[in-house]
Amino acid sequence: METREGLLVVDKLKTQFFTYGGVVEALDEVSFEIRQGEIFGLVGESGCGKSVTASSILGLVAKPGRVISGRVLLDGEDLLTKTQRQMNRIRGSRIAMVFQDPTSSLNPLFRVGYQVAEPYIYHQHRRKREALVDATEILSKTGLPDAKEKARNYPHELSGGMRQRAMIAMSLTCEPDMLIADEPTTNLDVTIERQILDLVGDLQREFGTSVLWITHDMGVVAQLCDHVGVMYAGNIVEKADVRTLFREPMHPYTIRLLRAIPSAVTSEEHLEEIPGVVPRLVNPPTGCRFHPRCDQAMPVCSEVKPTELEIRPGHTVACHLFGGGGETA
Amino acid sequence: MTQALFECRDLTKHFPIRSMFRETGRVHAVEEVNLSIPEGQTVGLVGESGCGKTTLARTILYLIEPTSGQVLFCGDDVGAYGRKRLRAFRRETAIVFQDPYSSLDPRMLIADVVGEPLAIHKVVYGEDRDSAVLELLERVGLKSEHLYRYPHEFSGGQRQRLAIARALAAEPRFVLLDEATSALDVSVQAKILNMLTQLKAEFQLTYLLISHDLNVVRHLSNEIAVMYLGQVVEYGTRDQVFSVPTHPYTRGLLAAAPSLDPDDRDRPREIALEGEVPSAVDPPSGCRFHPRCPNRKPECSEVRPELVDIGDGHLVACIPE
Repeated sequence: METREGLLVVDKLKTQFFTYGGVVEALDEVSFEIRQGEIFGLVGESGCGKSVTASSILGLVAKPGRVISGRVLLDGEDLLTKTQRQMNRIRGSRIAMVFQDPTSSLNPLFRVGYQVAEPYIYHQHRRKREALVDATEILSKTGLPDAKEKARNYPHELSGGMRQRAMIAMSLTCEPDMLIADEPTTNLDVTIERQILDLVGDLQREFGTSVLWITHDMGVVAQLCDHVGVMYAGNIVEKADVRTLFREPMHPYTIRLLRAIPSAVTSEEHLEEIPGVVPRLVNPPTGCRFHPRCDQAMPVCSEVKPTELEIRPGHTVACHLFGGGGETA
Repeated sequence: MTQALFECRDLTKHFPIRSMFRETGRVHAVEEVNLSIPEGQTVGLVGESGCGKTTLARTILYLIEPTSGQVLFCGDDVGAYGRKRLRAFRRETAIVFQDPYSSLDPRMLIADVVGEPLAIHKVVYGEDRDSAVLELLERVGLKSEHLYRYPHEFSGGQRQRLAIARALAAEPRFVLLDEATSALDVSVQAKILNMLTQLKAEFQLTYLLISHDLNVVRHLSNEIAVMYLGQVVEYGTRDQVFSVPTHPYTRGLLAAAPSLDPDDRDRPREIALEGEVPSAVDPPSGCRFHPRCPNRKPECSEVRPELVDIGDGHLVACIPE
């Protein structure tokens, strides 16, 4: 295991969707790395490319989408050069995924226990009977009450929180190096969400799994993640460790996003708004994609795309306010 | 305190469960709720999914008839209203729903979507309608060019603005906001929340705000009611509920909400709620919260606690230590 580099390195990933309405530039050179045993949060509003990042990493970008360029290194191996067959071996065993909606990602026709056991059978060629025993064990590890009984239930017989626990159990069966979770707690109540967050924290410590946690909820990021990347319109605009990001956000978008969340410290009368709307990515704004909404925009912002600048160790910002120049569009 | 616009007296709603034409059970959705909504205030209603927030709100608006108990609107029993008075009551109340994608008819032009309440309640006719609609659209930050478009041409935030314009069309006094900002992104949500605050002052509205997002509830509400399994377990002003939460459920709910301070994760949580909300078909005896309560005592499973004033109108339904 290399310690110098991250376990998962995403390097200048560019994904586009070729639609009849034009080319949607969903990801525009997204780079980040996740170290061994770390929880990395990817946060941003709807349509900023969070989920496309996850599907690009897993090689699951559906037509008319395509990864144009970039590298995705898992432990030094580039996943983008793998064949579908090779990826089938990697997905579920070395990288696992938990989706937002556990109801539609579980098959309603199979018992929960069997679905959790499937990775054992597929990846580890185990017999069904012993796979089921292990599946029950991992289900109880995720805090599912009466795991033995619940394993014999069908998905519709479980509550939303229990289904999400089952999904997490399924993702952990092969003890993956990397877990990608795409908004896994968004449809859950706060109390259940908290239980899931605690569970992921505990399991992550126990298994040492690295986690890519995708969310739109800044509160979840603050409570769970070690490092954070803030996405806007297909770019990562700021990356930092979680404490720095919340204490000293630098990018104008991050600053305004944090202020737009109602909380104990915001004014009761008026919340700060971000003017304008999220741009469409068919013809994204030139230069910095945030410049039409930014109150500190300078002439250079509409012309040159800012490069990521490390303003202190581990804290990078892509904004002309901090100099660093950029590449001409 | 100002006069109560709405008052619930022992409001109860049970839904029968039928199997083979016989009633085999009942969902105890709302159980003996006493709640008053003062005129000109925003009352927040919080609780987990399935705790009866929406059923309570709909019963208050008499969209669902209560099993027992009364709803008083400006002191009159809504259940005793005749057809004509009920229609007038409908005009005085409005709802904004959670999902602006399903709450607007995709086949109707915006002018009709927003203008329909004006026609139903015979506020304005003919050509005056469009100018009335336009005025409403401008109030919610939309323009005249949007008048003859269809809902699919709008983004989620714009649709929610349309839903709000429609709700305000017949000049109601009361608006139920049922998770009205839950489907929106934070930056869009901030705009809608600001607009709601502004419209409330402008039209002298009273809001009942249902939300699972405690930050939104704290931001908009003057008074907050916390519900658990069909019952109000705590009621008070925003500061009372958020600064001195007293019912163990309220404390657990507040502790569970992810805070924006990364350092909070290292602080031990006072109360961690375990398990899930039990079924309302066969709710626990005594205090309905007792199976999940970290402070439960033997009597909690036997005696149902009443809401008791613990000072300055802060009501809590819990057997004291």
